[in-house]
Amino acid sequence: MKNLIEIKGVRHSYKTRSGPLPVLDGLDISVPKGEFCAVVGPSGCGKSTLTRLVAGLMKPDAGEVWLDGQKVTSPRKTVGMAFQNPVLLEWRTILDNVILPLEIVAPSMPRRDRVARAEELLEMVGLSGFEAKRPSELSGGMRQRASLCRAIVHKPDVLIMDEPFGALDNFTREDLWQTMRDLRAKEPFTAVLITHDLRESAFLGDQVVVLSGRPARTQYILDIDLPQDRTIDMLYTPIAADMLHILRDQIKIAQGRDPEAA
Amino acid sequence: MQILRKIAVPILAILAFLVVWEALVQINGWPNYVMASPSDLPAAYAQFWELFLIGSWQTLWRTVAGLGLAVVFGLLLGMVMGFSQIMRDALYPLLVGFNAIPKATLVPVLALLFIGQHDFNTVMMAFLISFFPIAVSVGIGLSTLEPEYRDILRSLGASRFTIFRKIALPKTLPEFFGALKVSVTLAFIGTNLVEIVSPHGRGLGALFLSGQTNSNYPLMFAVLIALAVLGIVLYYAVVALERTFAGWAERQAT
Ligand SMILES: Nc1ncnc2c1ncn2[C@@H]1O[C@H](COP(=O)(O)OP(=O)(O)OP(=O)(O)O)[C@@H](O)[C@H]1O
Ligand SMILES: [Mg+2]
Repeated sequence: MKNLIEIKGVRHSYKTRSGPLPVLDGLDISVPKGEFCAVVGPSGCGKSTLTRLVAGLMKPDAGEVWLDGQKVTSPRKTVGMAFQNPVLLEWRTILDNVILPLEIVAPSMPRRDRVARAEELLEMVGLSGFEAKRPSELSGGMRQRASLCRAIVHKPDVLIMDEPFGALDNFTREDLWQTMRDLRAKEPFTAVLITHDLRESAFLGDQVVVLSGRPARTQYILDIDLPQDRTIDMLYTPIAADMLHILRDQIKIAQGRDPEAA
Repeated sequence: MQILRKIAVPILAILAFLVVWEALVQINGWPNYVMASPSDLPAAYAQFWELFLIGSWQTLWRTVAGLGLAVVFGLLLGMVMGFSQIMRDALYPLLVGFNAIPKATLVPVLALLFIGQHDFNTVMMAFLISFFPIAVSVGIGLSTLEPEYRDILRSLGASRFTIFRKIALPKTLPEFFGALKVSVTLAFIGTNLVEIVSPHGRGLGALFLSGQTNSNYPLMFAVLIALAVLGIVLYYAVVALERTFAGWAERQAT
């Protein structure tokens, strides 16, 4: 199968007052079309930087990012993004928030079609009936659902998510994992999900990439051998426990701690 | 019921204010040249109503014209400062310095620069005194826009102008209107300042001046009240605009 996302030997450093700060140092990630790549790593190691490079918001100092056979040098319309903060626009209704990317990507699309597409997605994530509400009238979890709809409303090839569920409580988060899983079955995107939750990475990922501490390189890649239609219960099976154990050890190594120590 | 209360309460407050004023004048037996009483005012309005209409109109249009210039210039300046760190560093001290100058000192400067251009001078003063809050608030609003807000459109390849129009501008509107409420009052003060100190001025300020020269004290007080009314009208016009264009911010706060 062809890789839709190909990250090869990417290096990047930020210019800071005290000289250059190397953040990424030899990053290699490949994501086949339609697959879900979860990325975990220690705090501050460069995960958000990675999302900005994949989105074409920044150019790497060295190495290359390829999307669908094209080298990424600038932003492209085939990308959708979601962040930890849902960043909904308060002066728009939920429906008009979801429609926003279509105004950029498909300016000639009739309003009727835009509305139909947005309503279809809102229905899928359980937000039917909230189309006319303002973002501040929704709960945190509902806002994040709307934000996900906005990220995929224009049918992007690539969905990039930077800790989208990070600010939610545990129950809401698990609800959203399942929403994400159901969306995947209906929408044909390839995804990169940054997370600090190992269970989340195992539940949603087809592969989990562990980054080392800053400057980050690809430290470990784990293929998740769970069926596509996963349930939360599967996270409590021995095979999942083994995978989570491996990931936990890898994170300790990335943090520079001894995996054998408690 | 709600609406009735909203209208009745301020009107009652104003009536109470007039009663207290009248009572103070009566009890203390102040003559007109110390303090005119509300009961003197209708006569003044009746006698000079034409001058009041002309003066109000002149004061009003010049204030609005100056404020309009301030909005255009303040927005442009705010955009420049909001989007460029260098411009922010360069312009900020200049602006603060300019704002610190007491504006009364500008009246003779303007009068000498543009001799006899009374309308122009007045509009200029209203503009000069009122653009600062707009420029600063728009500049700060734009420069503190969270990067994620920009990124949701930038990641789709949207142009800077599109991002400004769809995100940065509407997001800054509440700050803009907050500043506009300050600016409209300042512009009004600026207009009156020029009207009052210019020898052959126009507008309500000039009417005040003529009341002073002719020792017509009720007229002077009548002008003050007219100014207050005009100021209230201008202020609430801005509030109405704010409700229309940035009402969502109010809803969010509650
Ligand atoms: N614009 C910038 N200028 C300078 N340094 C930056 C910039 N953005 C990020 N950094 C630094 O680069 C490093 C990596 O940042 P990044 O946001 O990519 O980390 P992260 O893995 O997403 O962290 P977290 O887990 O806390 O979200 C951090 O040390 C951060 O301080
Ligand atoms: Mg981050």
